[in-house]
Amino acid sequence: MGPPMTPYRRPVRFTWWLGHRGYTLFVLRELTSLFIGAEAVLLLLLLHNLSKGRESYEAYLTFLTAPGMIVLHIVALAAAIFHAVTWFALAPKAMVVRVGGRRVPPPAIIAANYGALAVASLIIAWIVLGRIP
Amino acid sequence: MPDPTITLEVMRYGPGRDETPTYQSYRVPYREDWVVLDALNYIKDELDGTLTYRWSCRMGVCGSCGMMINGTPKLSCAAFLKDYYPSAVRVEPLANFPIARDLVIVMDDFMENLSRVKPWIIREDERPTSEGEYRQTPAELDRYKQFSMCINCLLCYSACPVYALEPHFVGPAAIALAARYNLDSRDRGSAERRDIVAGPDGVWDCTLVGECSVVCPKGVDPAGAIQQAKLASALDWMKSIVLPWGRR
Amino acid sequence: MRSTKPLWWLLFAAGGMVAALLIPVHVALIGALAAGWASDAFAYDRVLALVSHPLSRLYLFVLISLSFFHWAHRFLYTLAEGLHLKTSWLPLPVACYGTAIAGTVLTAIVLARL
Repeated sequence: MGPPMTPYRRPVRFTWWLGHRGYTLFVLRELTSLFIGAEAVLLLLLLHNLSKGRESYEAYLTFLTAPGMIVLHIVALAAAIFHAVTWFALAPKAMVVRVGGRRVPPPAIIAANYGALAVASLIIAWIVLGRIP
Repeated sequence: MPDPTITLEVMRYGPGRDETPTYQSYRVPYREDWVVLDALNYIKDELDGTLTYRWSCRMGVCGSCGMMINGTPKLSCAAFLKDYYPSAVRVEPLANFPIARDLVIVMDDFMENLSRVKPWIIREDERPTSEGEYRQTPAELDRYKQFSMCINCLLCYSACPVYALEPHFVGPAAIALAARYNLDSRDRGSAERRDIVAGPDGVWDCTLVGECSVVCPKGVDPAGAIQQAKLASALDWMKSIVLPWGRR
Repeated sequence: MRSTKPLWWLLFAAGGMVAALLIPVHVALIGALAAGWASDAFAYDRVLALVSHPLSRLYLFVLISLSFFHWAHRFLYTLAEGLHLKTSWLPLPVACYGTAIAGTVLTAIVLARL
């Protein structure tokens, strides 16, 4: 009887996601959720300060003008767009739409999503700003 | 002028002999039409008969020769030396699997998961062949055909970071094959596959990294299969909450 | 009761869709607010009137709550993958989904108070 034929298990490093572009982009995509959550919190705070009265609301607006907040918003906008781009790119994988027995081509689904993004953005901007910017 | 050569850095591991894997360097002739598999066969025939690796059809249909080539999971019969020349080529066994010996990995877990998803047509009524064939329209075939192209090469498991961190994850190929049968109009077995597809270690572990579909040599798109399975499982779950009676 | 994983995934997926379509414009709008542009559009009276409408409250509730649930699910899995933990290790899902639930309740309270 020979020596035990133990298989070797290679360990997984904590830096597994740095060595490969696909993995790094994946982690960046996942981290956009932090900015989505942050934006929801900022919206909630806006509403909260609004409900507390004019002074609170205007103090919050002043808080938003701090340089740190402006930087946060630039990063958050990039993150929100990256989320939308990656979400739409993957949407056809889950949404298999069939018309007359044939599958709607993925680029059509992606384009429809971008169309919806454009329309929704214009409507919201028009409602909030009172005019299309 | 001497004939051109290329260097292969090959991972070696002898169970019972080595504590950890090591690398061995081999210089093989460089031919423009050679793939890594040709280089490995040259090594085994001419330089080092102890090198151990799996291969069979050498044309990308059997799924036997999956390896890490410069850190990317590939079929060694589909990785051309000319894409790496003149740099050295690092050849390692498929990632995320235990190494049995040299470039051979232990795939027992996958084989078990494969049988757990019951990759065959399941029907309550098995019609005898005298009653004729089951008919299927091109549209019905289109729903699952892509997922039927899987050759069980396991490249997707090597690419999946979820499988790397959680070896119990059923994995891309097994779920794609479950989807292949769930979507087949002849099949009635999705309830039997529900526990493994929608259970712990099933689709819910997947975070849609998407690398599985990137490395798949047959264009199966297991990531797509998993996404469809998530949606189907979620709708199935909602139905079971709203209409708890009459589940198959 | 069977696994709740489909519930969290559905909320995550709905939240992801809503966030993809709506968060970019909202970030741009709050960014404009932060930069001091269109200050007459963001005047207190006008904004209060705008958000007090029942449809606005419903819209904001859905937008904010689903964004929280989208973050919770994705962050849970990112933490697990990053720290080599299991998503089934209870403190993790409780912290993530619990925060989203708390955020949803707070949102309902704030919107009711407007």
